[in-house]
Amino acid sequence: MSQQPKGWKEISIAGVCWKPATDYHTGDWRSFKPVRDPKKCTKCLLCHIVCPDAAIQWNKETQDIEFNYDFCKGCGICANECGAKAIVMVQEGGE
Amino acid sequence: MITIKELTEKPELFTAGHRACAGCGPAIALRQIMKALRGPTIVTEATGCMEVVSTIYPYTAWNVPWVHTAFETAAANASGIEAALKVLKRKKRITHEHVDVIALAGDGGTYDIGIQALSGAAERGHDFLYVLYDNEGYMNTGIQRSGGTPLGASTTTSPAGTVIPGKTQHKKPIADIMVAHDIPYVATASIGYWQDLMAKVRKGLEVEGPAFLHVMAPCPRGWRSDTAKTMEISRLAVETCVFPLWEAVNGEYGLSPISKAIALKPDRKKPVEVYLKMQRRFAHLFQPKFQHIIKEIQDDTDKRWNRLLKKCNIPQVAVSKT
Ligand SMILES: Cc1ncc(C[n+]2csc(CCOP(=O)(O)OP(=O)(O)O)c2C)c(N)n1
Ligand code: SF4
Ligand code: SF4
Ligand code: SF4
Repeated sequence: MSQQPKGWKEISIAGVCWKPATDYHTGDWRSFKPVRDPKKCTKCLLCHIVCPDAAIQWNKETQDIEFNYDFCKGCGICANECGAKAIVMVQEGGE
Repeated sequence: MITIKELTEKPELFTAGHRACAGCGPAIALRQIMKALRGPTIVTEATGCMEVVSTIYPYTAWNVPWVHTAFETAAANASGIEAALKVLKRKKRITHEHVDVIALAGDGGTYDIGIQALSGAAERGHDFLYVLYDNEGYMNTGIQRSGGTPLGASTTTSPAGTVIPGKTQHKKPIADIMVAHDIPYVATASIGYWQDLMAKVRKGLEVEGPAFLHVMAPCPRGWRSDTAKTMEISRLAVETCVFPLWEAVNGEYGLSPISKAIALKPDRKKPVEVYLKMQRRFAHLFQPKFQHIIKEIQDDTDKRWNRLLKKCNIPQVAVSKT
């Protein structure tokens, strides 16, 4: 749904930001995509704490980590840090 | 100590969708810091990369009350917030047992323009935690040098050329300056040692009175480093003793675990080259005509490290392996 930008009379007082940043998807900045080999992954969760973009989260239901490609910018830190070498960076659109 | 599994269950108070560059060290720092809180918290942040990328109107990446302030006033704003909270509590306008206050600023906003407000807030004894995220330059405005930029780094205002080898001055010892303010808690931390970092955030919040945390956080854009290497470079800064980890509780210096391990086994101390090599802001130093600057960086690193060992009452066994 397209939304008309607000005029100065309708914007929030003092220009306070009112939308969550998670409405803005940074995933399309990515030129490389982290792909994990579940067989190698030890679920140590290190990648969760080193990702600048909170793009790797623990899923309680599946009891596994999950990449959120809406936000992952493809920096490659997770792949570099993973002790099990379970993540490889694959060029986007290069399948 | 908190497990990494428990950390995954902590809410993201600094969320995804912020516009920091890929591989941004300060963004990692903020995620880690915000997972170390102990209760209701108000954050106030000076202008700089982390402010700009997190609050591009109308979006905000903050899931706590967060107040933007001018480039030079993070500590002044925190002072005001802390004073206001005291009054609101006395007048029973708020029911919270306690609200923590964190001031955030970059190195430009701390070493340079913000130091007056910071010094004043420390002297007045406000109960708050000041976090300096140090990416060693004014990155938001295009990589200018600051008082936190190290010797030899090329920036747009200290460009390396045929004659000048990048920045010609040393990094100001800001954390020591804060220890000299005689405040209850001062520490250095690195995103590369995130458990240590998070423990120090907690300590800084728990003490009564001002606390200062100096967090080293590489900026791949300004350091011209591989985005994937942000964590690795952070660890190397510590392992070369370019950025040792320590804390000063009530003015008493003590080394943190990783730096203590290096102090006790000096052959674990790596030469500065391994750290410099990973960053293209230092690439010019590897030309023969600027090699002496690398030696100067090593000598200065050793001098500061030995001085730190003395403050920590550790006998000087450290000899550099260059
Ligand atoms: C008084 C004033 N002077 C200059 C600026 C422009 N300015 C905005 S951010 C910034 C640099 C911030 O550097 P730093 O604090 O190191 O944070 P970083 O961007 O590196 O994260 C400057 C110079 C300003 N906002 N206010
Ligand atoms: S760091 Fe590697 S092994 Fe650990 S959870 Fe992430 S992908 Fe799995
Ligand atoms: S590539 Fe970077 S942004 Fe993407 S999940 Fe890995 S660490 Fe996070
Ligand atoms: S310029 Fe550096 S500090 Fe600023 S957002 Fe980019 S990587 Fe982060």
